[in-house]
Amino acid sequence: MAISNRLMATPNRWQLWRLGVFLAALAPLVSWGWQVASNAAGPEPGRYLLLNLGLGALWMLLLTLSLTPLTKLTRWKGFALIRRQLGLWTLAYATLHLLSYALFILGLDWGMLGSEVVKRPYIIVGMLALIGLVALGVTSNRWSMRRLGKRWKSLHKLSYSILGLVLLHFFWVVRADLREWAAYAVAAALVMATRLPPVARTLPRLRYRFSRAS
Amino acid sequence: MLIKIAKPHDLRDSDVTPESVYLSRRRFMGGMAGLGAGLALGGPAHAGANYADVPEGNGPAWLKKKIDDTHWKAVTPANSEKDTLAPFDDASGYNNFYEFGSGKADPARRAGSLKTQPWSVVIDGEVNNGGRFALEDLASPSRFEERIYRLRCVEAWSMVIPWLGIPLAEVIRRAEPTSRARYVRFETLVDPEQMPGQRSAFSLIDWPYVEGLRLDEAMHPLTLLAMGMYGRELPNQNGAPLRLVVPWKYGFKSIKSIVRISLVEEQPLNSWQQIAPEEYGFYANVNPRVDHPRWSQATERRLPNSLFSPNTIDTLMFNGYADEVAELYAGMDLRTHY
Repeated sequence: MAISNRLMATPNRWQLWRLGVFLAALAPLVSWGWQVASNAAGPEPGRYLLLNLGLGALWMLLLTLSLTPLTKLTRWKGFALIRRQLGLWTLAYATLHLLSYALFILGLDWGMLGSEVVKRPYIIVGMLALIGLVALGVTSNRWSMRRLGKRWKSLHKLSYSILGLVLLHFFWVVRADLREWAAYAVAAALVMATRLPPVARTLPRLRYRFSRAS
Repeated sequence: MLIKIAKPHDLRDSDVTPESVYLSRRRFMGGMAGLGAGLALGGPAHAGANYADVPEGNGPAWLKKKIDDTHWKAVTPANSEKDTLAPFDDASGYNNFYEFGSGKADPARRAGSLKTQPWSVVIDGEVNNGGRFALEDLASPSRFEERIYRLRCVEAWSMVIPWLGIPLAEVIRRAEPTSRARYVRFETLVDPEQMPGQRSAFSLIDWPYVEGLRLDEAMHPLTLLAMGMYGRELPNQNGAPLRLVVPWKYGFKSIKSIVRISLVEEQPLNSWQQIAPEEYGFYANVNPRVDHPRWSQATERRLPNSLFSPNTIDTLMFNGYADEVAELYAGMDLRTHY
């Protein structure tokens, strides 16, 4: 009875925050879908979705990985509360990215998909990153956290390697101008730099200085 | 009129056209005549009416006049049911032109900064009659032809596009190549002020963009110097005011916004070969049997397509122009010369 009462209660501000993040993460998908539906995505809408979903997955991964340093820096509970959600969004975008490749580029030619996955290094790397994301996704629930105990944390440090694989996958797709790739690589380097022990130790102290200054 | 064709392995000062080339040209023209029969019976005098929803360009008066006098539908696809024209908006809105950015929509958005009038082209190297030519003077001796070609991008998509222009062979012939000329080298404009992509510090291309053809490829009747498309002058993003169109090769060979044409002895190092020699060669003939290292070239997506029908079709050897051009490569291993 107590539980159902809690569920029936009006949502608190943290639930609203989570819902807001959910809607914001969903918005790009709706927007791209709308572009395609209204014939505004160019002559090759499948490729438009493919590229946007890939970049979207990278954005989500970078955002997910920036939550821990942000929490340390600000101690704001809100960042920690959306970490699992954004991690799962990363998996969703990456899965849709692969699906759009199979559907829109290969036209669901499974034989072709099989041979391409084996033959092309950049696709192998992308697939490895996706497999890693799936492993993190299925162990993102409380039950797995309890089961895995300390090992859960080491397992989820796999996200760092996944970030590296995604950047390599992206690098091999770039044809003539590395500017966009370089911007993402710099963002990734920043996010990873916050994990270096000296930086990680400094972040909470920075917060103290911020709050004193204001 | 003397037609000078040099084959790299068969170079001579001859004023007789090699018979094989002569015959292939005859066969080619014969094919054209059949396809263009409708024209002889009173085809359209002006193309404007043929292309609905094509915005009027603002090219110079001489170019408009040349276009009005075009030999319309001089070359059309054998299977016009299958090879339907791409809408103008797609052909002019989905481009690879790295001088204006690396996104497909970047050129259409940013190429307005390119100044195409006045425009001149330097013809130099192994020629007796070189110099700097105003575009008008380069174009004026030849009648414009409309050529409807398949354009196969190395990225495995394709479109069918109606070009307007003159055979490159006529321009080269007027330049009078010397006996040492074996290749033709082309250069795109370099002007970072007008071409934002050339200002990028992260560009892998060493400007200017360079392309090249063997002299016999350049002299082939299918090879076109285009100045227009869809019955009007070229939009900037499509390579205005002068671009190459070599329909049996991947699109990157068809260099845009040309400022220099040089007849040379040595095989030019084209830009893509310079960046990634294991992915892009000098010849770049469309070949379904030789994959790009990152994707298969066996099929292509004919654009425009839609989400659930990628419109995937089999890629044809030499992009379907094998009857016309295969003999240029007789005896060559096209796996090593990709």
